[in-house]
Amino acid sequence: MVPVATFRNITIGQYIPGESLLHRLDPRTKILVTLLMVVGLFFIDTYLGYGLAALYIALAIFRSGIPPRFLFRGLRPVIIIILLTFALNSFMTEGEILWQWSFLTLTKEGLSKGGMLAIRLILLIVGTSILTLTTSPLALTDGLEKLLRPGKRIGIPAHELAMMMTIALRFIPTLLEETEKIMKAQMARGADFESGNLLQRAKSLLPLLVPLFVSAFRRADDLAVAMEARCYRGGEGRTKLKQLAFQAVDFLVLGGSLVFIIWLALSM
Amino acid sequence: MSIEIRGLTHTYNPGTPLARTAIKDIDLTIEDGETVAIIGHTGSGKSTLVQHLNGLLKPTAGSVKVDGVDINQKGVDLRTIRWKVGLVFQYPEHQLFEETVWDDVAFGPRNMGLADEEVRSRVERALAAVDVDMALAERSPFELSGGEKRRVAIAGVLAMEPSVLVLDEPTAGLDPRGRQDMLRRIQRLQKERQLTVVFVSHNMAEVATLADRLIVMERGVIVMEGPPQAIFAQGEQLEAIGLGVPEMTALMGKLRAKGWDVPDSALTVEEAEAAIMAVLRREARVGTGGDI
Amino acid sequence: MVEHKQNFIEIDKVSFSYTGEPGAAEDTALDEVSLNIAPGEFVAIVGHNGSGKSTLAKHLNGLLLPTSGDVWVAGMNTKDEEHRWNIRQTVGMVFQNPDNQIVAATVEEDVAFGPENLGMAPELIRSRVDEALAVVGMSEYAESPPHSLSGGQKQRVAIAGVIAMRPRCLVLDEPTAMLDPVGRREVMETITRLNEEEGITVVLITHFMDEAVKAHRVVVMDEGRIVQEGPPAAVFQEIALLRELRLDVPPVIELASRLRGRSLALPEAILTVDEMVTALCQLRSEA
Repeated sequence: MVPVATFRNITIGQYIPGESLLHRLDPRTKILVTLLMVVGLFFIDTYLGYGLAALYIALAIFRSGIPPRFLFRGLRPVIIIILLTFALNSFMTEGEILWQWSFLTLTKEGLSKGGMLAIRLILLIVGTSILTLTTSPLALTDGLEKLLRPGKRIGIPAHELAMMMTIALRFIPTLLEETEKIMKAQMARGADFESGNLLQRAKSLLPLLVPLFVSAFRRADDLAVAMEARCYRGGEGRTKLKQLAFQAVDFLVLGGSLVFIIWLALSM
Repeated sequence: MSIEIRGLTHTYNPGTPLARTAIKDIDLTIEDGETVAIIGHTGSGKSTLVQHLNGLLKPTAGSVKVDGVDINQKGVDLRTIRWKVGLVFQYPEHQLFEETVWDDVAFGPRNMGLADEEVRSRVERALAAVDVDMALAERSPFELSGGEKRRVAIAGVLAMEPSVLVLDEPTAGLDPRGRQDMLRRIQRLQKERQLTVVFVSHNMAEVATLADRLIVMERGVIVMEGPPQAIFAQGEQLEAIGLGVPEMTALMGKLRAKGWDVPDSALTVEEAEAAIMAVLRREARVGTGGDI
Repeated sequence: MVEHKQNFIEIDKVSFSYTGEPGAAEDTALDEVSLNIAPGEFVAIVGHNGSGKSTLAKHLNGLLLPTSGDVWVAGMNTKDEEHRWNIRQTVGMVFQNPDNQIVAATVEEDVAFGPENLGMAPELIRSRVDEALAVVGMSEYAESPPHSLSGGQKQRVAIAGVIAMRPRCLVLDEPTAMLDPVGRREVMETITRLNEEEGITVVLITHFMDEAVKAHRVVVMDEGRIVQEGPPAAVFQEIALLRELRLDVPPVIELASRLRGRSLALPEAILTVDEMVTALCQLRSEA
């Protein structure tokens, strides 16, 4: 009856703790390799290339110790998009006609292009979820901050972005709990979040959203004062408890992946 | 209006690795017109229990009957149950949302589909019951002081004119003055409207003054139940679950341990004073003159 | 004890108005408040919401600056821009809502927040974090996410976050107001231990008289002014004043006063149940 209880179960970032090689890699290594892979996948246009890329990703999955079903679960919400991409390309590309009905024309070139795009999408999604599945949001934030830091000269607020992410991670569970509480309090006063047409439903969210925003602002206010009291004055001169440090294995993975992906992208 | 709870168990996230049984096999009857305090510390299951009283949570097992009706039966409109059993959450001021105090208090009655005239008189009565001046009715609830906000939020539940009022820690976070006023108000409401009151608290002095009966919860079960005097006489057991007793009861206990013949049921300063004086007088340690 | 020690914090005729205009009576949160705090002292400030106690607390580390008057912390004026961070490191602050002062997504990262802001070396931060968590008894939760902790535990993490900066003074603004009895006890034990064993000066703002009783000195505030000040035994003797201000009178103290009214010769300094038991037993055996 009450759908709100499920809010608690959302795990942001879908991180699965572990001790695997992939878990232990520096977050920067993982971010860079993932980025490289995403770009690389757009250069590949042969099935052999995709096959090799899939092997590479399969190796990563194997070394991560993550049960493959988690990865495929991540594909479920986007399966329609993948099928649509495949269908659209199969029918809309001109070329050697294989089958025709009314205005629909299936071509050999289309089939090949659609298939490749679908595989590219699948590999993109699976590949990037390996990153979030093996890297805690905290490590991800640290990694991004470190990687973006040189961008400060061109105006990228690396520290501020990272601080925002940290605070968001900290407060998401708190705000979800709060949402649940306010929702129940309004239901105790006869509010109805479940029936009615779209407009009525949107209106019924008001008693939920207003207190939620008020609370979020109050928390933001309190937090700002507390941070100031703890000598926070921006990223300047700040140090970190946990220093990121590249290990030999990071260089190995980074170097190996760099060579392999670039070769794959250029030759396939 | 009576509430009858039988074999009530609630498990959060059943069938997942996060499954957690918050209350198990609770039997509890709340009589019409009674004031019952539920005590226990955070995580003892108090809040889970009270959310079953108006059907906000569905039992994993067991039943809740309000006025003889099993509220989780098919065909029971839970909204009508929620109008009969008004639930005020902890820090209720955090749920305010309307542009004016008036509209916020009217939210419940309007959801009930009442006529404008009836809504108006209910809002007026509710605001009066919590001592909120009518002059504030057109103000934004967000401009009020913390204590006023809480009273407006309670009025929002009172405006539905429930026969059972359930309050989850109504005095949490208030200053002493606000706390004293809130207790006085709940007492007055109970009398005037002949309400059945269930309130959750961990302030022992508070439950001693307000409740007819105490329900002590620990790890999802009821471990003690009875009138305040009887419960506080079992100070050791209360200490063991980290709750403690009112100061005067503790004093009586310690005096008894030193061989004083004082009753262990004294809760208030007056009772303690009388008990101590009785012992001293009996032993003729104190002169009989003066104000004794 | 105040006279012969050098004052650690000096509040000198401080007035404060949130609108920044002196004289506008209804906006005056503090009205010519003067108070000295000695090093190592434990001072409790009691009063109602709106009595100015939280406003006063925020003056002790320069979160607010006086509209008129001065606050000196270890010889530094809080108005002095160049001392600002030094003052905040010297006087740490813990707030009422445990949720709204924890910044990071794990306990140890949060405790590290202050030292990180001070630019300490990572190894030093590590040792400070471990030490601070040990002091508040939260070491085993170092890697837990804050939202999985109880209120009392969160508040101890907040205290650790301040302690990790090695302040000389801890100001706590109603740290137990949102906690249950177990949480309140945990926090009060932590505070008294920090004061007694680590020698940290403590300023505790509270509504709970049973907490104020534990202090060396109690300051009662009302309408932006200090209306009473002294050791708990003396301040709580003023039952009439406490009643007039509608503050709670601790039951033991009220009982003592009533019994004295019945011409029992009880000593002045009865604050706790145990002291009352001792006094009564002595009375009974003497007679």
